Amino acid sequence: MYIYDAYDQKMVDERVAQYRDQTNRYLAGKLDEDEFKQLRLRNGLYIQRLAPMLRIAIPYGILSSVQLRKLAHLARYYDRGYGHFTTRQNIQFNWPKLEEVPDILEELASVQMHAIQTSGNCIRNVTSDQYAGAARDEIADSRPWAELIRQWSTFHPEFNWLPRKFKIAVTGAAQDRAAVQVHDIGVRIVRQESAGKDEKLIFDILAGGGLGRTPVLGPVIKQGLEEQHLLTYLEAILRVYNRYGRRDNLYKARIKILVRAMTPEVFAAEVATEWANLKDGRGTLTKAEIERVKGCFTLPAYESLEDIVVLQRAKDDAGFSAWRKQNIKPHRMPGYSIVNLALKATAVAPGDVTDEQMDLIADLADKYSCSEVRVTHEQNLTLADVRQKDLHDLWQALTAADLASPNLGLLTDMICCPGGDYCSLANAKSIPVAEAIQRQFDDLNLLHDLGELSINISGCMNACGHHHVGNIGILGVDKKGAEYYQVSIGGSGREDAALAQILGPSFAQNDIPRIIQTLVAVYLERREAGERFIDTFRRIGIEPYKTAVYA
Amino acid sequence: MLLSNDGEIIKSEFYVVNEDDALPGRGQEAQSVSKRIVSFKTLLNATEVSATAVWLDVDDKVEAAAPYLPRLEVIALNFPTFNDGRGYSSANILRSRYAFAGEIRAIGDVRVDQLEQMLRCGFDTFELADGQVIELAIRLLKGFPFSYQKTSDRMPLFHQRSAD
Ligand code: SF4
Repeated sequence: MYIYDAYDQKMVDERVAQYRDQTNRYLAGKLDEDEFKQLRLRNGLYIQRLAPMLRIAIPYGILSSVQLRKLAHLARYYDRGYGHFTTRQNIQFNWPKLEEVPDILEELASVQMHAIQTSGNCIRNVTSDQYAGAARDEIADSRPWAELIRQWSTFHPEFNWLPRKFKIAVTGAAQDRAAVQVHDIGVRIVRQESAGKDEKLIFDILAGGGLGRTPVLGPVIKQGLEEQHLLTYLEAILRVYNRYGRRDNLYKARIKILVRAMTPEVFAAEVATEWANLKDGRGTLTKAEIERVKGCFTLPAYESLEDIVVLQRAKDDAGFSAWRKQNIKPHRMPGYSIVNLALKATAVAPGDVTDEQMDLIADLADKYSCSEVRVTHEQNLTLADVRQKDLHDLWQALTAADLASPNLGLLTDMICCPGGDYCSLANAKSIPVAEAIQRQFDDLNLLHDLGELSINISGCMNACGHHHVGNIGILGVDKKGAEYYQVSIGGSGREDAALAQILGPSFAQNDIPRIIQTLVAVYLERREAGERFIDTFRRIGIEPYKTAVYA
Repeated sequence: MLLSNDGEIIKSEFYVVNEDDALPGRGQEAQSVSKRIVSFKTLLNATEVSATAVWLDVDDKVEAAAPYLPRLEVIALNFPTFNDGRGYSSANILRSRYAFAGEIRAIGDVRVDQLEQMLRCGFDTFELADGQVIELAIRLLKGFPFSYQKTSDRMPLFHQRSAD
């Protein structure tokens, strides 16, 4: 992973001191409420319905075991013993005290972490593919590029006061696990070109995707961008957005509205004009810098192993088999696997992890996976480099800690925002809905039979639970003061991205498990061999589901 | 009070004229006709053919000022509120695209915690908002020694790294 050099460390340390000074001035009444709000947001502190919430950046989802232990420590000493992994590969603590935040930031800086730009109208934590560097379907490792973007966007003096928040995602694999089409900017590594000894990556750039009130899939605005131009091109996009994005209406301020209003073609032309002034200028990446950052993501010292087809010791163990079938993904190295920990045990809020679990996962990462853990945008954790011969031991350790739910990618592996239990913007609760669905679908055989099926739940239009790209999406709405839920169907956040279609009038909370049951029944009845839930939907359309639900 | 980018309190012969109350509370006594900082609209309307200083609001397109740049000594960029960041882009464009070498002044809701960002984008002088503390402004103007990205006044950090 990327290791801070003396510059990175100094920059983060100085910013902790800056924020401590700002907090002190605020507490002394020397900084007004409005201004301090903007400053604290840019340091991760958001005031929630019940208490402040601190969002800590986990750049492109990668954590060392040392960092994870620090998070466990913070959960224990500053919070109530748990943290919440978000859909943007960050972690949130729900109970820190405003006065203690500078201390927390100082602790984070001691392990090369921070909460910079995790809220506010600025460029947010860059996200990427949780399997980067280990996936079999990879064109190139996205991590160095995510890191280069992280550095470029951190404390960018021109783009700290944008019309609205701004999110960038990077993917380097055939399967898009970073959902680049629903980000303000999506960066897609499309191929490697070589001219003699010189190898160069080529990117496609998408802009103007997003969820929220107006969900849009981002169009490609630049094809075939050579790697050295990545940052100057991003700069051109941000400049156009900073200048022309709407600032008069909060709901129309995202770049997707600008791109749509201008049309993608005109927007792309505007960016091209701006870029002409920046291209090959001082912001152009140098070979040396690209190599330096790539050098931080060297591959672990893999042993030379062979793939194990059947684990002798474990072949009769049904629980292990189910977990292995569902939660393990192919690794590029023979004899290794990618292991997913689905943080979706029933009756636990999706993405929640206790301090003890964090400590344990850190230990397991040390023992089995090169001391590294990845956070996924499905709110799960990944151990990316596990020897297959260790899988059974690892599974046993995870089972003992309630971390071996064999439901990765299945119906009960829901994405769910904090909702009305924690979030002041919510129309409705989301966590109890997830729990009710999990209780309804507690038959593992049925879940495996249903196969890949995503349910995404958001407590309001802000769509933190990405409900538009769930195969089934659930959105909390306010119906004359009561909490209701709008259900949609057919979304996907992957390379075949699609926005879900609304089924019809909304439902009361109690009805939701039954509605899901009905949608699933339509699938079971109508599916053809090999079809996933989404495939059947695409073939038969929304009507059969509507008929069944509203009959 | 006007602050220079090296932390001095300075007196300028150029003052913003509050012709149409577009700039709340920032108007000062005009000394002579040639030293007034006139609004961009009056410049464009050719009512101020001889002005050598102009102020732009956030929705004024800085490109439209290009023909006048050779004779302009001061361009003031207004911040209607501290969280409207358009002025940062305008300053950068003036410096990097047009190589404007005159004074770029921040006016309006200019807060001390943002001075270092303005400095990086090419501002030279700062007309602080009411209630801002000058000693603090001078301290915070020092900012931070390194920038990851190219800024108006710095090469990106990676150039420094490879020089080490
Ligand atoms: S979707 Fe709405 S309710 Fe859920 S976390 Fe986001 S803002 Fe809060």
